[in-house]
Amino acid sequence: MTNLDLSKPTSELAPSGTPLLEVDDLHVEFRTRGGVVNAVNGVSYSLAAGETLAILGESGSGKSVSAQAIMGILETPPAVINGGGIWFQGKDMLEMSAEDQRKIRGPGISMIFQDALSSLNPVYSVGFQIGEMFRAHRGLSKKEARKRAIELMDRVRIPAAARRVDDYPHQFSGGMRQRVMIAMAIALDPRILIADEPTTALDVTVQAQVMDLLKDLQGETGMGLILITHDLGVVNEVADNVAVMYAGEIVERGTVDDVFSKPSHPYTEGLMGSVPQVEAKGGRLRPIAGQPPNLARIPSGCPFHPRCARRRLGADAAPGRECATDVPPLRLVVPGREAACHYSEEVLGVPAE
Amino acid sequence: MSQPSEHGATAASSLSKSSPSKSSPSTEAAPGAPTLAKPAPSGLRGSLGEPLLEIRGLQKHFPLTQGIVFKRTIGHVRAVDGVDLTLRRGETVGLVGESGCGKSTVSKLIVALERPTGGSILYKGKDVARMGGRALKEYRREVQIIFQDPYASLNPRMTVGDIVAEGWAVHDDVAPKKGRLKRTQELLDRVGLNPDYVNRYPHQFSGGQRQRIGIARALALQPEVIVCDEPVSALDVSVQAQVVNLLEDLQDEFGLSYLFIAHDLSVVRHISDRVAVMYLGSIVEEGTDAEVYGSPSHPYTQALLSSVPLHEPHLRGQKDRILLQGDVPSPADPPSGCRFRTRCWKAQDICAQEPPALVDRGQGHPSACHFAEARTVVPVDAE
Repeated sequence: MTNLDLSKPTSELAPSGTPLLEVDDLHVEFRTRGGVVNAVNGVSYSLAAGETLAILGESGSGKSVSAQAIMGILETPPAVINGGGIWFQGKDMLEMSAEDQRKIRGPGISMIFQDALSSLNPVYSVGFQIGEMFRAHRGLSKKEARKRAIELMDRVRIPAAARRVDDYPHQFSGGMRQRVMIAMAIALDPRILIADEPTTALDVTVQAQVMDLLKDLQGETGMGLILITHDLGVVNEVADNVAVMYAGEIVERGTVDDVFSKPSHPYTEGLMGSVPQVEAKGGRLRPIAGQPPNLARIPSGCPFHPRCARRRLGADAAPGRECATDVPPLRLVVPGREAACHYSEEVLGVPAE
Repeated sequence: MSQPSEHGATAASSLSKSSPSKSSPSTEAAPGAPTLAKPAPSGLRGSLGEPLLEIRGLQKHFPLTQGIVFKRTIGHVRAVDGVDLTLRRGETVGLVGESGCGKSTVSKLIVALERPTGGSILYKGKDVARMGGRALKEYRREVQIIFQDPYASLNPRMTVGDIVAEGWAVHDDVAPKKGRLKRTQELLDRVGLNPDYVNRYPHQFSGGQRQRIGIARALALQPEVIVCDEPVSALDVSVQAQVVNLLEDLQDEFGLSYLFIAHDLSVVRHISDRVAVMYLGSIVEEGTDAEVYGSPSHPYTQALLSSVPLHEPHLRGQKDRILLQGDVPSPADPPSGCRFRTRCWKAQDICAQEPPALVDRGQGHPSACHFAEARTVVPVDAE
């Protein structure tokens, strides 16, 4: 039995200093008939109350799988968490019973998904689905739960909530469906909200509305927000800190201001050169060569080295820092910035110590 | 594949700079080859070439029906409702808009996959709707399309070589039978794929590589115009940049004209010489990329641009935030007058009565708003 105190609002816990969530050296692999796919290879991060952490990565970088591992919703098998730990308010979630984990999902950690239409049940009204949180976790009556559902729909700014509470998911537009998902996720005032590509399927004007809503809700409740995305613009506008993932590892971590102004890993640098900006027409794009690696066959040494413009092989490399054979650890490059590259100082343009 | 015939060599040399252009004067081998063989002068981008495609008042209404046995038409979805657009030789026109605004329907109308309900598409001065037989066949060769989804648009049962070469089965004058394998390999090489992959199947390739196959397929018929319908939306950012660069290179090399349809405003600004913004079936603003992005004058364009997240930390918060309320109205029952008035903060009585024309009202470029006024929304990046 856990003695997690989930009754107090998150904002009261904020100054206590202990992180809400700590992920330490998490490993997840998928055992398939075609071999073992190493989706997450040693990911560590922590999240404080009120903090927004963006996890930035391309498809297949392991960003969603690590989030699903935290939520405990990985399909096992084929997925196996084969190393590391996940601590929620100091309790190891991987050691907990399934029943205790279930008690954390909802009031402790909740999640919103990319595709709202396939995440909502088409045969129940949205009010019923939002109210389910209160019925299952708080034991409220159907009538009471419906009332709470209307309040929540108001809170996520769905117009005419009282009239639309009995509508079905298909009767809502994409942006409104995503709001319904957000309403379900924040129903029990979670400490942590994981948003897995919450706006990828939405148009830019709707994306701006949804991101604004998430920011406002975070301001009201002080929850920690993990934002999983591949959109550099969204990260820049919303997040405090960013962790860049590549081939199941975090390759760079720091504040958004630092990382976006001066990247210290060649992959981050490559991402910045790949995206056109709306602010300026810009010159020719500088793409990263090649394709993201197959996670069943991750390259030796630094996983990014086959695509890296700055790689040093053989005699060019410093001893113990050969890109194709020596795995670069995630290390502190300058205060407040970590990167997993042997030559980060060079990327950053600072003298190596 | 052995020795290519003389014709094959000529056609091939028009495609690949690297291949030795053998002395073969038979230029009549492929119609359209002369224009392709000549690389466009580098200064052409952005300058005025002759108009290739002129779209005037284009409309497409899809009927809404009710009943199973006896179908009754109960209304129309006005997917495209009065679009004017001109594409000149060698330029890229970007068409942006949110989902459901009708931009993909425009692309299907242009490549004659759908018949317009009203208006006309003129290609080199000739109305496409009146074309038949040989003229239409020739038009379809010269105007090619690249689709959005590289997973759905390639036949999984055909090899890459067959996919790229399929167009030649209909347009057999473009590539003589003997040199086709070599041509296919040159095309694959040109779009950055290993020429030895001709016998592989689409599932053996990643998304970016599949999109390159789609590009090679479009190039095979030596087109003049390529309609790119969201060509990079399904790709990861690092791969997206490779494909954008490839499209730019091919344009410079073959003097292609692109109609680039996308919802990503940043990519459209990057690649386009001129940009048209679409809302609910019609174009609301048009101009050069600097005009539309630097001084947008239609409220919708302003709102759209203000929603795009910026990438530079030092510009954060300097943006004019305009949050649009509500959703796009149904194209089956669009608002009277100006389509945007239901969400517009400038709307007056006149907006409900009179649809605003797409004209210059003193802001420097055409805008379909009664109260058009230039406004800087996106901060200019000084760096």
